[in-house]
Amino acid sequence: MALTLFDKVWNAHVVADLGGGIALLHVDRHLLHDLGGGKALAEIAERGLPLRNPGLTFATADHVISSAPGRSGGAHDWAQVLVDSLRLETRKAGVRLFDVGGDEQGIVHVIGPELGITQPGMLVVCGDSHTCTIGALGALGFGIGASEILHVLATQTVEQRKPRTMRARFEGELPKGVYAKDMILALIGEIGMAGGVGYALEYAGAAVRALGMEGRLTLCNLSIELGAKVGMVAPDETTYAWLEGRHFAPQGAQWDAALAWWRTLPSDAAASFDREVELDAGGLAPQVTWGTSPEDTIAVDAQIPAAKPEALEYMGLSAGRPIAGTRIDRVFIGSCTNSRLPDLRAAAEVARGRRVAPHVRAWVVPGSVGVKRAAEAEGLDEVFLAAGFEWREPGCSLCVGANGELVEPGARCVSTSNRNFVGRQGPRARTHLASPATAAACALAGEIADVREFLR
Amino acid sequence: MEKFIVLDSAAAALPTPDVDTDMIIRIERCVRTPRAEMGRWAFEMARYRADGSEDPGFPLNRAPFRGARILVAGQNFGCGSSREMAVWAIAGMGFRCVIAPSFGEIFYGNCFQNGVLAIRLPGPVVESLLNALGAASAPLRIRVDLPAQTVAGPDGAVHRFDIDPLRKKALLEGLDAIGMTLAREAEIAAWQAADRERRPWVWL
Repeated sequence: MALTLFDKVWNAHVVADLGGGIALLHVDRHLLHDLGGGKALAEIAERGLPLRNPGLTFATADHVISSAPGRSGGAHDWAQVLVDSLRLETRKAGVRLFDVGGDEQGIVHVIGPELGITQPGMLVVCGDSHTCTIGALGALGFGIGASEILHVLATQTVEQRKPRTMRARFEGELPKGVYAKDMILALIGEIGMAGGVGYALEYAGAAVRALGMEGRLTLCNLSIELGAKVGMVAPDETTYAWLEGRHFAPQGAQWDAALAWWRTLPSDAAASFDREVELDAGGLAPQVTWGTSPEDTIAVDAQIPAAKPEALEYMGLSAGRPIAGTRIDRVFIGSCTNSRLPDLRAAAEVARGRRVAPHVRAWVVPGSVGVKRAAEAEGLDEVFLAAGFEWREPGCSLCVGANGELVEPGARCVSTSNRNFVGRQGPRARTHLASPATAAACALAGEIADVREFLR
Repeated sequence: MEKFIVLDSAAAALPTPDVDTDMIIRIERCVRTPRAEMGRWAFEMARYRADGSEDPGFPLNRAPFRGARILVAGQNFGCGSSREMAVWAIAGMGFRCVIAPSFGEIFYGNCFQNGVLAIRLPGPVVESLLNALGAASAPLRIRVDLPAQTVAGPDGAVHRFDIDPLRKKALLEGLDAIGMTLAREAEIAAWQAADRERRPWVWL
């Protein structure tokens, strides 16, 4: 029987069929972070339960730590308590921690692939909905809740209902100034933020194959914004070349054995999906959101639609006017969506030799220490600093504000993150989602701007 | 976990579609508020005005909805972030059951982990419940019968719902998922032993 990529990885992890469409699945990698990792480890110890497989469990500090230069942990007492707890509990439990100040620290969905911890065909969970990011490697990654974290720590398994499958094909070639972020925003705009509920997505087509790993990670990152817990890309030569030699990637004979298995994973030609959608990547323009849901997206040269009056009121926008030219206050380039090296390169290409508008505060927050150092080796930090951007330390930062870094009430922020929900970046903060290149263009213009005009 | 069998209670209506978990509980409450106090901060951005007083425009502040233990909500309820505190917050407000046409999937799973019954009913049925509740000036009751898998609306109409047998059993008996899985330790150990042969590179 012809199988999809998703089916193959799912089937490879079934420990038991629990009936009613639910399976007990083996977890190959469990990632913890500072928002709940320490508490979960403490709770499991209090219950007298040992960790089933501490060696398959990794932790990093990302959500609550400061992104300020020179930081050593949280900027507030309440944040430091969480960081201290993660340090203490990971040490007691024998879980490897990528701590602030170390070479490997970073946003959990950035360092997992970067360090080779997460690999094709693995089942990966983390107490964070953007664990779908990992699907870019051809892994099955999804977010879990606090109770499920305890379940995984104690049993190394997770109960899941098998979703249906959907394939989203992006055919054609991306125009200049249009990136993976624009592809996925356009798809969310097309099928809606509930369009993927109950599905595992596979992204396919020429434009997906042409993306580098980082672009694929961006694409899969926003799967949850379609309502899909899982979004995957079939592993291919791009994947293998990117992964080879990374710290936790298999080596030597192990690599050869892994590679042989990974090559069997892509969906069979005859495999059928429960739903198929297709977008023309060649016809896409840079996207920017206008409302309070990622589905509220338009081309940057389009007019604000007459829809969702509550969202327009919250955003302080008027229907029928062009979105371009809307004055902004903040720019955030970062997050598990768009904080990797090619993201920073794309933003720096726009910023090089130009200046951030005087009224705009613009931040660049690399996704990991690894990304930060690589960017600095290329001189990208100098480009940003010379243009008037702040060059900060790796973490989730302004995407979710869990560390106390917030957009001011009423202020307007162009953000490369994943959620423009009401209050997401702070009470009454107004968020416009966009690609790193578009965000950089907006910072320079001081208003929502078409990055294509900066690339001519 | 407290057992769930039959719940006959006043119901509240929140018709807004796509209510995300950031909306249900702000991230700083997740970080800084003890679980026992989370109910007070559920929906805080919509529920309270800037001066801290209740906003009468927010549906759940309406008098007929006070003390309701059943929440009827719009589609894709609980989408977005995986934060389980969203369920704690709703449970802290007193809700033991949420009825909607569809849910954010992680939120849906989190509900059952906390003894909250999440029920999917067809869109038109939920809409009629929302309309009836929204129009009522006094509390209206809904009866949820888990063994029979039925919801009886205020008009007496009975709607059947689907639920995974495993989740149903766990709610009915108040079972702990970890305990149930630990009983399968032999199966897990056997699977892992076989996988070490099959995929040795996975094992650290």
